[in-house]
Amino acid sequence: MNWIRNSSFVSITTVLAFIIVVWYGAAVYLNSDVLIDKYERQNIEWNFSKLVDDSWAMSRPIIPAPHQIVLDMNKSIFGRKVNSKRSLVYHSWVTISSTMVGFAMGGVLGILLAVGIVHVSTLNKSVLPWIIASQTIPILAIAPMIIVVLGAIGVTGLFPKAIISAYLCFFPIAIGMVKGLRSPDPMHLDLMKTYNATQVQSFWKLRWPASTPFLFASFKVSIAISLVGAIVGELPAGARAGLGARLLTGSYYGQTVQIWSALIVASIIAGTLVFLMAVLESKVQKRMGAQL
Amino acid sequence: MKDGALVVEAHKIDLVFQTADGPVHALAEIDLEIKKGDFISLIGPSGCGKTTLLRVIADLEKPNGGEIKVNGMTPAEARLQRAYGYVFQAPVLYPWRTVEGNLKLPLEIMGIDKTEQVRRSKEALEMVDLSGFEKKFPWQLSGGMQQRVSIARALTFYPDLLLMDEPFGALDEIVRDQLNEHFHRLWEQTHKTVVFVTHSIPEAAYLSTKIVVMSPRPGKIIDIIESPLPEKRTLDMRDTQEFLELSQKIRKGLRAGHSYD
Repeated sequence: MNWIRNSSFVSITTVLAFIIVVWYGAAVYLNSDVLIDKYERQNIEWNFSKLVDDSWAMSRPIIPAPHQIVLDMNKSIFGRKVNSKRSLVYHSWVTISSTMVGFAMGGVLGILLAVGIVHVSTLNKSVLPWIIASQTIPILAIAPMIIVVLGAIGVTGLFPKAIISAYLCFFPIAIGMVKGLRSPDPMHLDLMKTYNATQVQSFWKLRWPASTPFLFASFKVSIAISLVGAIVGELPAGARAGLGARLLTGSYYGQTVQIWSALIVASIIAGTLVFLMAVLESKVQKRMGAQL
Repeated sequence: MKDGALVVEAHKIDLVFQTADGPVHALAEIDLEIKKGDFISLIGPSGCGKTTLLRVIADLEKPNGGEIKVNGMTPAEARLQRAYGYVFQAPVLYPWRTVEGNLKLPLEIMGIDKTEQVRRSKEALEMVDLSGFEKKFPWQLSGGMQQRVSIARALTFYPDLLLMDEPFGALDEIVRDQLNEHFHRLWEQTHKTVVFVTHSIPEAAYLSTKIVVMSPRPGKIIDIIESPLPEKRTLDMRDTQEFLELSQKIRKGLRAGHSYD
């Protein structure tokens, strides 16, 4: 039984159970107005237990009950062909692929910017303020512009969404890596100087390995952000595929259950991506002699 | 270069640091000659500029005035020729490299081929009595062992000049004694020129052929003491009359420079 005490399993399930209980209560509370209104209009006899039952089984609830979401997820993940337009696996895949492309672009951009900022003092002064300013523009405002402008020059599909995703996720990487590449202390840099090492050698042998903890911290934040970026990128496009499109059609037709299952799937994907990044991090750190 | 040739010639070195609290006169009118094969200790209270002087020789600081030559060249030229190995107060090992990886670092930078890198790091590790620790990471070693690795690292590329900045300062007395004895033997075998910064009188007396006593504000040399001790030394020697007299002489010198008025 020790593993139960030691693992985070118990605490996580406790919190989850608590959320589910509150959720069921909230479903009754928030859906009751609509239901009671309906009972009264249609002269239906009702009591509290009927209200509870009905509020957990509406087709367009304000908040669906957890089991409704689970059933819908089950139906749209396992109940349909993977390549069907109504399969959540299909939509997830569309979103994940633009997330990955966006994350790769944002990662490369963020790292290159950080390398430039650390090594060239003019870039440090001129670029850093712009990077920070770039993140003050609401992404919801700029996302449609990017889609429209790229669409006008014939770029559609995955790429514009990846750009939005990269736009969001390069920032934590650039900021984290500037800090990481500057993390070696003066003695380490002096040591390189006594060897008459070139800047390139100092970079690969000192600055880059010293920055890996910062790199992974940034990666874990930005991979989740780049998923958000990909979803946001699917909203204004009138996209026909992707979790964002699924959210949008759900809200057009008042399909709250569908919205919630897309949301839950999105958060499961985000959690998995962060988890995979953490696994990669611990592998790399182990190879780099970390004291685990 | 023959024994007796000048490795370091400093003439009227002046160095002022501009700090937020105003200028600090770190070195004033430093005159110093270091011959090949010398073991020179720079000793003095903190703030006397001994580390700064070492850093000037290493071209890690630029003096504001005076002239300095290392191996007959400017310190910058000497550094470009990798004339010296520098050992810092801390081991400064890269935590992501194994002991062997750390020893190879200067060799990789200097473009020495792989098999030679392995051979030389083995050889250097033997010199500091750490054979068998190649695959360990720095955190798996004690502080004294880490500092020995950092000395070995400075030996891998065969510099004739070793610049050491209080290398044993952070270690406890017992480990320090061991390392002193060990390092003395190493010097005896290789006869490298060593410039050694310390604030320990017994350490300076035990290791050096010449002790340079410095005083602060501004950092200057107040005495240069030639050691009367024979070249071969043991730790027991520290109880002999000769050793005690030498220690006393150094202490006197330090006290003379300590006129805080």
